Amino acid sequence: MQVNQKEFEPVIAAFCCNWCSYAGADLSGTNRLSYPSNVKIIRVPCSCRVNPMFILRAFQRGADGVIICGCHPGDCHYTSGNYFTRRRMTLLFSMLDYLGIERDRTRVEWVSAAEGAKFAATMNDFTETVRKLGPNRRLEDLRCRKQ
Amino acid sequence: MQEAMIKRAKELLAEGIVNRVIGWKRGEFAYDSTPAIFETPEELERDFVYDDLTASNLSKYLIKESRKAGKILAFLKPCDTYSLNQLTCEHRVIRENIHVIGIPCDPKIDAEKIKAKGISGILGIKNDGVDLTIDTIYGKESMPVSEAIMEKCLSCKGKKHVTYDELIGEDGELCDSGRFDMVAELEAMTAQERYDFWRSQLSKCIRCNACRNVCPACTCEKCVFDNDASGIANKAAADSFEENMFHIIRAFHVAGRCTDCGECSRVCPQNIPLHMLNRKFIKDINELYGTYQAGEKPDSVSPLTSYTLDDCEASIVHERGTE
Repeated sequence: MQVNQKEFEPVIAAFCCNWCSYAGADLSGTNRLSYPSNVKIIRVPCSCRVNPMFILRAFQRGADGVIICGCHPGDCHYTSGNYFTRRRMTLLFSMLDYLGIERDRTRVEWVSAAEGAKFAATMNDFTETVRKLGPNRRLEDLRCRKQ
Repeated sequence: MQEAMIKRAKELLAEGIVNRVIGWKRGEFAYDSTPAIFETPEELERDFVYDDLTASNLSKYLIKESRKAGKILAFLKPCDTYSLNQLTCEHRVIRENIHVIGIPCDPKIDAEKIKAKGISGILGIKNDGVDLTIDTIYGKESMPVSEAIMEKCLSCKGKKHVTYDELIGEDGELCDSGRFDMVAELEAMTAQERYDFWRSQLSKCIRCNACRNVCPACTCEKCVFDNDASGIANKAAADSFEENMFHIIRAFHVAGRCTDCGECSRVCPQNIPLHMLNRKFIKDINELYGTYQAGEKPDSVSPLTSYTLDDCEASIVHERGTE
């Protein structure tokens, strides 16, 4: 299949914590700030709800990039969830990198409910980064590929 | 060594301190001894074996065995004691029901490496420390010991037992045999090279689940991979994604708890260097969160169930990358 880089629209899965980042996304909407429609937000109760399997599963089902957004360290609604996220995701991303999967396809970003502008900027930046990388080929499931 | 072990086991059985023994039993061939439970002195006399080929880690069997009536005697090599400590730490074994005898361990011999030299029909192996004399049905063969040492023993953590009730022989010292060298070598490659390396390795996987089943850290009663709806419960991987998924998640689920006993690689029928995935996590944990050896102490806290306020951010993966 010939991939035309110009036509490539990445699919971004964004896991957003209910208490901060999801509200941050809401704020960026009410502030009329635009971020790409490539971003598909998945609301989770806390960023530490994100199981490493979710991330791999997102890649399997066609995501080209996965971003996890949570409360700033110290601000977790459940006191310490995002500290665990930080360790887990660091190790997982390092492992993906070790297996040769492009490290720019994954990111963790802390976005509070007041940071609508940061949310929009982060999503714009991440989408552009993934767009440059092209489609996810190293961690895809051929059975799920859309022609 | 074998005689001393049988003798001590018989004494403990006779005194009633233990009512059974877990050790290794001679298999059909000299090189396929398997873990086994012995209940009588006669069984011990007849089947018990401990030699250069009895490499399996007995700790995982103690999860079920320690819940049965009476005490069990377990012979543990130094690296098996780490696994037992880790299981004690996770409340997976009842330590009081186990009488541990620490046994010294010389580098184990890998029969596959001998066979790879074209030596077949192995009847027995004698090790004089420098050379192996191999009795085969075709006559005697010999090869240097250094070429037949099991992969996991080439990067030995040391010969010190971290938990035991008594010892046979001397307790050894910890040693550093550069177990992260191979991981560092891989890290220094480009992403494409790493990808190619792991594809060539993981594509060999036949999903026999031996690595999962043998792992003393992998002890969930219901495994995530046994879920039919998981989409990755197939016997044979249908897509490269499944291979990646299985191996990433398998290694991740034991991250911070893996004692680096090397059983996963030992049992892999396809010779995939699976311990290299686990070691990557260990290396990262050591570098990012401070040196940590799972199973070293019976009351340590795993780095993945704890945190500090000033941990590094996940973006460190980008910053310290090579390419």
